[in-house]
Amino acid sequence: MSAVLEQVFQVGFLAAIIRIATPLAFATLGEMFSERAGVLNLGIEGIMLLAAMAGFTGAYFSGSLWVGVLAAVAAGALMGALHALFTVVLGLSQHVCGIGVTLFSSGLAYFLYRLIFGQQSVPPSIKGFQPVPIPILSDIPVLGPAVFNQFTLVYMAILAIPLAAFILYRTPWGLSVRMVGENPRAADSAGVSVMATRFQAVVLGGALMGLAGSFLVMAQFNAFTFGVVSGRGWVAIALVVFGRWDPWRSAGAALLFAFVDALQLRLQAAGLGHIPYEAFLMLPFVLTIVAMAFMSRNAVAPSALLKPFRREER
Amino acid sequence: MTTLPPLIEMRGISKSFGPVKANEAVDLAVAPGEILGLLGENGAGKTTLMNILFGAYQPDAGEILVNGKPVSIRNSADALAAGIGMVHQHFHLASRLTVMENLLIGIPGKGGRLDRAGALARLDDIARNYGLHLDPDQPVSALSIGEQQRLEIIKALFRRARLLILDEPTAVLAPSEVDGLFSALRAMAAQGLGIIFISHKLNEVRALTHRCVVLRHGRVAGRVDVPAETTALEMAQLMCGHEIVPPERGPSVPGAVVLSLDAVSTGGHGGMPLRAVTLAVREGEIVGIAGVSGNGQRALADVVSGMLKPQSGTMDIAGKRVAAFTPREVQALGLGRIPEDRMTTGLVTNLPLADSMVLPRIGTEAFSARGLLKPGAIVAFAEAQIEAFDIRCPGPMVRAGALSGGNLQKALLARELAFDPKVLIAAQPTRGLDIGAARFVHEKFLALRARRCGIVVVSEDLEELLALSDRIAVMYEGRIVGVLDSADASVSRLGMLMSGAGGSA
Ligand SMILES: Nc1ncnc2c1ncn2[C@@H]1O[C@H](COP(=O)(O)OP(=O)(O)OP(=O)(O)O)[C@@H](O)[C@H]1O
Ligand SMILES: [Mg+2]
Repeated sequence: MSAVLEQVFQVGFLAAIIRIATPLAFATLGEMFSERAGVLNLGIEGIMLLAAMAGFTGAYFSGSLWVGVLAAVAAGALMGALHALFTVVLGLSQHVCGIGVTLFSSGLAYFLYRLIFGQQSVPPSIKGFQPVPIPILSDIPVLGPAVFNQFTLVYMAILAIPLAAFILYRTPWGLSVRMVGENPRAADSAGVSVMATRFQAVVLGGALMGLAGSFLVMAQFNAFTFGVVSGRGWVAIALVVFGRWDPWRSAGAALLFAFVDALQLRLQAAGLGHIPYEAFLMLPFVLTIVAMAFMSRNAVAPSALLKPFRREER
Repeated sequence: MTTLPPLIEMRGISKSFGPVKANEAVDLAVAPGEILGLLGENGAGKTTLMNILFGAYQPDAGEILVNGKPVSIRNSADALAAGIGMVHQHFHLASRLTVMENLLIGIPGKGGRLDRAGALARLDDIARNYGLHLDPDQPVSALSIGEQQRLEIIKALFRRARLLILDEPTAVLAPSEVDGLFSALRAMAAQGLGIIFISHKLNEVRALTHRCVVLRHGRVAGRVDVPAETTALEMAQLMCGHEIVPPERGPSVPGAVVLSLDAVSTGGHGGMPLRAVTLAVREGEIVGIAGVSGNGQRALADVVSGMLKPQSGTMDIAGKRVAAFTPREVQALGLGRIPEDRMTTGLVTNLPLADSMVLPRIGTEAFSARGLLKPGAIVAFAEAQIEAFDIRCPGPMVRAGALSGGNLQKALLARELAFDPKVLIAAQPTRGLDIGAARFVHEKFLALRARRCGIVVVSEDLEELLALSDRIAVMYEGRIVGVLDSADASVSRLGMLMSGAGGSA
């Protein structure tokens, strides 16, 4: 048993957690902004896939990873705008439109990928991001190599958490986002455009989902496959609830999920032979469900979540 | 006052909602320093007119002038920019955000951040000028209704409103809070602000306003130039177009006890709990429950209507012991209920009116058979009630939420009375109702009393209780501190008991 533990907690375990958490953190923050404004975005799974595809293609042809990241963010924002058009401007059902956006963008991603790259026996790949050690900080024992010898996108995710909290809690726009998600009528009568604020929040959310997608193809797998997202979008939706719609808690939730996922991978590798590996794969999801059931009992969703706003209705 | 151009002027404003003409060619002006009363029956179009002024609705015709210049008000941002602020009938606050956050919404920040320091300074100014204080860091959910209203007023002043619209501000206030509101409003008028004040309580209108405009069926039916010298009855007549006669209350001949509570105590459920409350209501009698709001009236109403199970004590309805305390059980025993909050526990605002009107009895033979609804019977029932109670609405299939306050209340009343309850409990039954509608409700209660129903009326309006009740029980801190025969009761005597200074009665 101690041998197993040793293998699990070897150097690099912490680094693995952080890498797994990064795309989840981006996606969770994106979904959180959208939901804080009152718009559930079930398009997240598809948006991440399309953004991953756009990011990979952009990087592949331009030779620049950052052009790829930009393409992914643009694709995410665009799909966010599409979702906002349906749910905010036209006031259609957020559930139906979100699932529609996921189906549409996944389909579009498959289609464009095949169109551009054709059917190849070995999928094309790129040379992804390399870790950028931060001087001095990366020399701290244990923490240094794990946290401060990472991809730039990881640092961006770490910075995105306080930035999101600052925007949400300290800026006029963030207050507008929270208000339109709580009581759009109050925002409207205070002179805030409910439509514009919600639209912006959903587009920003889409852009963050795009960043999540770009991390998968440019730092994690360095290639695009159709299974590259594999449920991470859905997990993010759960993590937002788990994190009670708060940037810090949501990021914490992402970290916790990543911890269990990393643990699960190690346990698999450690080969506890008699347990089928699927059991380990299930672990983080089971934990999410259990944790959600306990922790989100008294979580309260934004009051106006799922509710379209029309002014002359009472 | 006459030499200045009016602060705001509305000319020829019309607005229809489908077939309903809510406003028709309405003219109205407010001068600086003037408090204008806006009167009218329920559904006369007062709120609609003010929503147009505040940019929430677009008028079909007419124009709005600010300081003599025509302006176009397309949304609330335009109205706020023109110096118009509004305190809505139902507050526009986010209850999970703090006072400060509700104040700062829509205000551009300083250096990209929320300007908290600047806001605190303004808040201080407002507190000093008008005597309006609030703790900026409290969440709105922790504020009393009166404090929430104060926040709405501060919000308007914070945005430097020159004209303040208040839509039935006193409907939700206790009498003591009304005094505070009035002195703040007078201070604002003294500093040159214009105020539009909507209320159904004509004595308040007479005490506060300088001038009144009366709406009837969306049109201006008359103006009152010196409200202080006009009687409430004269105003009421202008509002409804006919004379209003107070209902006669004959002597009561109470019979057997139909509702009795014996030493009922409850746990706190977000409000004041009941402490060993004992009360008996006989058939053919109206018992009023007086008290400053938050002294256990809500718990009492909830227990009687089967929504709150007491921790100890017993309750009998028509001689039968209530065991489970579910709404269904007490209804089956013959209880009717007019809830305090029409919108949330009364009707389902998103369903057709007809469905809401049969909801408590949806499972009975009259409206369903073998698990299927009988839509025909439901609509027929609703139509009959709309006719009998003169509920003004486009028809039984209209969304209940589209009705005006008074008509919602009539619908609730119609629903409960149609089933001949043995006991009726009504909480704030005339809150927000115009004089005519309030009279109507009172007449129905008296008619029900003559039909031997036992009635409990919870109200903060002492004049209403004195006019209606045979006996009045006063609640203070969850107990009944005195029961008076209404012949011996007076506003001052009740007021003493309500403040807990009554001793034993
Ligand atoms: N958004 C709406 N949709 C449909 N009908 C409406 C709407 N708002 C108001 N009405 C109708 O317009 C008429 C005027 O309503 P309004 O709310 O202005 O009356 P009010 O004078 O404020 O009444 P109350 O004293 O009960 O508040 C009513 O018949 C009402 O049903
Ligand atoms: Mg009104």
